[in-house]
Amino acid sequence: MKADPAGVLTGAHYLDGDFACGEGAMAAGCRFVAGYPITPSTEVVERIARRFPLMGGTFIQMEDELASMAAVVGASWTGSKAMTVTSGPGFSLMMENIGLAAMMETPCVVVDVQRGGPSTGLPTMVGQGDVMQARWGSHGDYEVIALTPQSPQEAFDLTIDAFNLAERYRVPVMFLMDECVGHMTERVVIPEPGAIEVVPRALTAKPPAEFEPYRIDGGTIPEFARAGDGYRFHTTGLTHDERGYPVMSAGCQESCVRRLLDKIQGDADRIVRFEEEGTDDADVVVVAYGITARVARLAIEQARRQGVKVGFLRLIVLWPFPEKRIRELAGSVGAFVVPEINYGQIVLEVERCAGGRCDVVSVTHGGGAVHDPAKITGEILAAGAVAA
Amino acid sequence: MDSGERVEVRLTGFGGQGVVLAGHIIGRACAIHAGKNATLIQSFGPEARGSACSATLAISDGPVLYPYITRPDVLVAMSSEGFEKYRDELAPEGILVYEQDLVHPTVREGQRAFGVPSTRIAESLGRAIVQNLVMVGFFGAVTGLVPVEALRQAVEHSVPAGTEKLNLAAFEKGFEYLGGAVDQPVPEVLLPSLGGAPA
Amino acid sequence: MSVAKVGTRTDFPAEPPEHPTAPYLRMERIPHVWCPGCGIGTVVQCYATALGRSGVDLDKASVVSGIGCSGRAAGYLKLDGFHTTHGRAIPFATGLKLGRPELQVTVFSGDGDLTGIGGNHFIHAARRNMDLLVILINNFIYGMTGGQNAPTTPLSARSSTMPFGNFEPPFNVPHLAASSGAAYVARWTCLHIRRLTWTLEEAIQRRGFRLVEVIAPCPTLYSRLNKLGTGLDGMSFYHDNAVIRHGADTRELAIDFQKGIVCGKFVDEEKPTFSELMDEHYGRVLGEKYVPMPASGGWQHG
Repeated sequence: MKADPAGVLTGAHYLDGDFACGEGAMAAGCRFVAGYPITPSTEVVERIARRFPLMGGTFIQMEDELASMAAVVGASWTGSKAMTVTSGPGFSLMMENIGLAAMMETPCVVVDVQRGGPSTGLPTMVGQGDVMQARWGSHGDYEVIALTPQSPQEAFDLTIDAFNLAERYRVPVMFLMDECVGHMTERVVIPEPGAIEVVPRALTAKPPAEFEPYRIDGGTIPEFARAGDGYRFHTTGLTHDERGYPVMSAGCQESCVRRLLDKIQGDADRIVRFEEEGTDDADVVVVAYGITARVARLAIEQARRQGVKVGFLRLIVLWPFPEKRIRELAGSVGAFVVPEINYGQIVLEVERCAGGRCDVVSVTHGGGAVHDPAKITGEILAAGAVAA
Repeated sequence: MDSGERVEVRLTGFGGQGVVLAGHIIGRACAIHAGKNATLIQSFGPEARGSACSATLAISDGPVLYPYITRPDVLVAMSSEGFEKYRDELAPEGILVYEQDLVHPTVREGQRAFGVPSTRIAESLGRAIVQNLVMVGFFGAVTGLVPVEALRQAVEHSVPAGTEKLNLAAFEKGFEYLGGAVDQPVPEVLLPSLGGAPA
Repeated sequence: MSVAKVGTRTDFPAEPPEHPTAPYLRMERIPHVWCPGCGIGTVVQCYATALGRSGVDLDKASVVSGIGCSGRAAGYLKLDGFHTTHGRAIPFATGLKLGRPELQVTVFSGDGDLTGIGGNHFIHAARRNMDLLVILINNFIYGMTGGQNAPTTPLSARSSTMPFGNFEPPFNVPHLAASSGAAYVARWTCLHIRRLTWTLEEAIQRRGFRLVEVIAPCPTLYSRLNKLGTGLDGMSFYHDNAVIRHGADTRELAIDFQKGIVCGKFVDEEKPTFSELMDEHYGRVLGEKYVPMPASGGWQHG
């Protein structure tokens, strides 16, 4: 369906990534946000706190990030689209109830504006060190979807996609911005509401007597009933059967948790999203995401001027990871070069998928700044010399 | 750094002078009203509230890939401390635009400096707080980087509702201070000013 | 003259009459997990009775629990039920209430869940006067995990992690709630079935942050570790030691090991809830531009 006009600020704006993300959430139909202030993410909720009262949304500043995430899961069970916003230290606290959201299959969006870590780290400066935490941060096995924007425009566009994916797959979706994109101001064009496609919460049409909250009827995603509609359903963070009742057994664990994985892994081809350019005859392919993708593109231009055949794979959806495409490319390229603002996280996935069939070069950066493009260029040239 | 013509600007001053808003207006003028791309980065954290704060702009007709600046073509200095902090990064052919009652500038050969008593002009309009708008107007006149009409539109869209008139008046005063429209050639190099008030 | 013979009656109904609480319970999940002599089932029974008497629309009533023995209550009540994470029942319930303001939301959990790991949420929800009924079952111990010390364990009482007796001062739960801003505060024991039921019925009809603390025996752990006998002995103790003092100063409600337990209703104030404050404030500041969230929830429902 189309976006609710009340939440859409149509026009060309000059916005930072945080504000653009907030606008994207409102355009996507988000009407409940709980959060706790943390640099460099706070502008997202500041924007929302100012605009929500005009469109029937409720923002509440909770006492901490544990509470924020719990409130978001609770609110989502009313059918209201819900989101929270944080940065590394708060993201760590949210892991508990991100696990609950995954287990209860609760659609919601978690925005993490990444700063340098670990611990308090670099509160006002860029990092990309939360990408593995976004995937694995809560205990046990579960799947999430994670997106990563490279500009304020994408912060708007992809936040809408994040909500739509959360609805479609009934998962918590991680929105991994970084401080640089969050605090960078650029032109953001917001379309007319009629041009924004949003996925509404699909409510079950079954009568209460026939409804079971986790029955899948041959599909992979159960139908949803919201609190207050007479379904009198039960849901729990415990391993549960189709009725949402706790069952403490290995058999139930297998059917319950396996499906949490299958519903994402089995549909990964439809969820995975990347931008690819110049890879056809490339000797080297650069894999990058977020702000580093922009810096890497500059490095690629420099390397091409020096004669290296270098392609580019920009990750837009980080999780699920584009395993299939990396595997294919590993058979034809000499090397992957993976710059990221951490000490080597996504490069581990690239290595895993490359499976030793080509070189994989990690270009690390501890955070606090973006890469010097010359450093990436140097690695491309070195890898290109070996490959050629 | 990017392909295509790229202009880098740094604005600096002390907290409360509206450095970031000045950068926002210039960036918005370029990106929304003049068909360019402009990436604004502002300093955050204690320095945003303390003494020397700053905002940077990377402006280009093509895409801005690298968001940070390395060698500003224009340095807008609204405070002495900010000027001292950033003076050395100005490009060899760069332009210094400064608050002439607060900054005692020196420039190297090849660089040019343009001073404006922006605080006093703002005070003459009744509100020292619009000093930054005087500076934006003066910046527009000196650099010719963006059409004046784009800047005017950006001012109207960026300042708090109800203050448009005052802010536009400050902008015009700053713009006029150079003594001409933007399509006139940039005047001859001004020698380092010693900070004296204009005649 | 015929005499009815004992043991030959044949006119039994095919099914026994339904238990009066059955419509409020998920009977397919009975028997429950609680130990013989435990007080939690009693509180569930009182709550179900109160709910029925209160006349609230059960389709709009939700119950949220955290983790622990009391945390299982949400799983037996035939309402929209949410069994959440340890300590987070109150913030989860906060989201539920704010996401669909017309819901009647009850938090049903234990002393450790609500005042230990969830203590921060407890005081903040009270401070905001969030429109939640919180039923806190206090058995002075962590039962589900095997009898560890709780923030409510009385001084000198033994727990598995205070094997030589507890030396940490415990919370006075009604005082914690009242001093944090709760609109309604009461305490009963599991023995006070009629009074507890009446209090819950009243509390359901009040607004704002409402705390009802219920002192309950844990014969399996607390009573055993402290040689206090069976659940029935617990009831005898309440009978002999509970005193009813409505309106008592909450500062005087601390519980000492095997000493008197002051019960009653201590706070019952009419004051605006979080949502009422928000609506009133935005209505005043923003006027007609203010669009409150619809009672039925945020935008986009089928």
